[in-house]
Amino acid sequence: MEGDVVQMGAYIGAGLACTGMGGAAVGVGHVVGNYLSGALRNPSAAGGQVATMFIGIAFSEALGIFSFLVALLLMFAV
Amino acid sequence: MATETHQTASACLTPEGGAVGMPQLCPEWMGNQIFWLVVTLAVIFFILSRIALPRIAAILADRQGTITGDLARAEDLKAKAAEAEEAYNKALADARAEAQNIIAATKAEIKAELDEASAKADAEIAARAAEGEKKIAEIRASATESVKEVAEATALELVAVMGIDADAKTVGSAVEAGLKG
Amino acid sequence: MATEAAHGAEHGEGGLVFHPMDQFIVKPLFGDGPVGTFTVTNVTLWMALTVLCVIGLLVLSSSGRATVPGRMQSIAELAYGFIRKMVEDVAGKDALPYFPYIMTLFMFIVVSNFLGLLPLAFTTTSHIAVTAVMAVAVFVAVTVIGFVKHGAGFLGLFWISAAPLPLRPILALIEVISYFVRPVSHSIRLAGNMMAGHAVIKVFAAFTPLITISVGVGILVTPLSIVAISAIYALEVLVAFIQAYVFTILTCVYLKDALHPHH
Repeated sequence: MEGDVVQMGAYIGAGLACTGMGGAAVGVGHVVGNYLSGALRNPSAAGGQVATMFIGIAFSEALGIFSFLVALLLMFAV
Repeated sequence: MATETHQTASACLTPEGGAVGMPQLCPEWMGNQIFWLVVTLAVIFFILSRIALPRIAAILADRQGTITGDLARAEDLKAKAAEAEEAYNKALADARAEAQNIIAATKAEIKAELDEASAKADAEIAARAAEGEKKIAEIRASATESVKEVAEATALELVAVMGIDADAKTVGSAVEAGLKG
Repeated sequence: MATEAAHGAEHGEGGLVFHPMDQFIVKPLFGDGPVGTFTVTNVTLWMALTVLCVIGLLVLSSSGRATVPGRMQSIAELAYGFIRKMVEDVAGKDALPYFPYIMTLFMFIVVSNFLGLLPLAFTTTSHIAVTAVMAVAVFVAVTVIGFVKHGAGFLGLFWISAAPLPLRPILALIEVISYFVRPVSHSIRLAGNMMAGHAVIKVFAAFTPLITISVGVGILVTPLSIVAISAIYALEVLVAFIQAYVFTILTCVYLKDALHPHH
């Protein structure tokens, strides 16, 4: 019985951790959207900033991956 | 935790062969992965740095050289073509100038001929005209003479008919005065 | 406990089998013995395939040395030009001596990501042990290069002279922390991305046989999960390349910090 409660808590925690991925989605969308609006204002400078955009995407996406990892750890490793 | 009581080959496997938790966190598999990863990276690094990268770099440099050479040759050919065109244009201009010269010379010649001919014709016309005038003057003089003779004779006759004696000389001068008047 | 959870799910869903993590198990190729350090395992198999693919892509394709490249040679030249330009643009010209190692990392990651997308394949880059070794190697190498090239001047990376003086110690602390978090995020980003995509595909795959258990629910869920598998798979193809690109470009960024620590 006690194990079941722990397991329930772990699963609820995993579900809550997954909300963090929504934040990462917002962040990635923000990065790309701002890149696009900047690129449309000044298309000649857009090409040089693609690498920067991908770095920004990587950084904000990493946090979403971290929350996914926490969810996985709660589900499978706790 | 329950699986740990079972007798399995690995603490990370269930008796059925499934994964316990995350296989990524199983410590007994990490050494194996790290060992093979290091081997793999070493092999790839060796292959890339010894064979692949120098070869691709050589291919790219080769292509760059070929392209540069081809471009230079194209530039050369272009220069030659421009030269040929220039020569052609020059020849064309020369021919045109020569043609112009010939036309001018011919024109001048024809004009000279024409001038000569018209001068000749003018002179002939003038001569003819002078001759004609002379003839007209002669005819006119002879006509005047005839008129004078006829007038003298008629006047003399008239004077004789009127009974006035008059010599031919007087009548003559009178007629002359009358003709002049 | 986790096993109980998996089995509980199995029975609770009335026969659906959820084993999203089984695809990451390291098994010996020959026999059933324990996995030692030098055991030939599926890790060995897929890393060997990676090496073969890299050889095929970069060595065999360019063996013709054609001035006008064929299809395969174009791929090799594209990969070469892509990474070389990245190193030059991001890390600067003086980073070119490190280009072969960065190219090695990129080729290894991108080829194993794509090989991992094959059905029944084992994704070597989804294991934190693998990516952590690469990330820590990059971290250590970059730190050593920084200290060798600049001596104590490398510490100027953490002392931001453009900031107001009172703020600098705080910023230095933040910079130091973020510097040491680098290998963690560097490795977990790649492993997490690969693991997440593969696990999600497996979860959807576990839903597909629902129509054999309950026709009423399954008639909705089964086609939906098949479509979802295809969509996630397409996303994974994209992610496989982008994560290799990101890992490589972050390596270049860290290398730039080591070569030019003064912003």
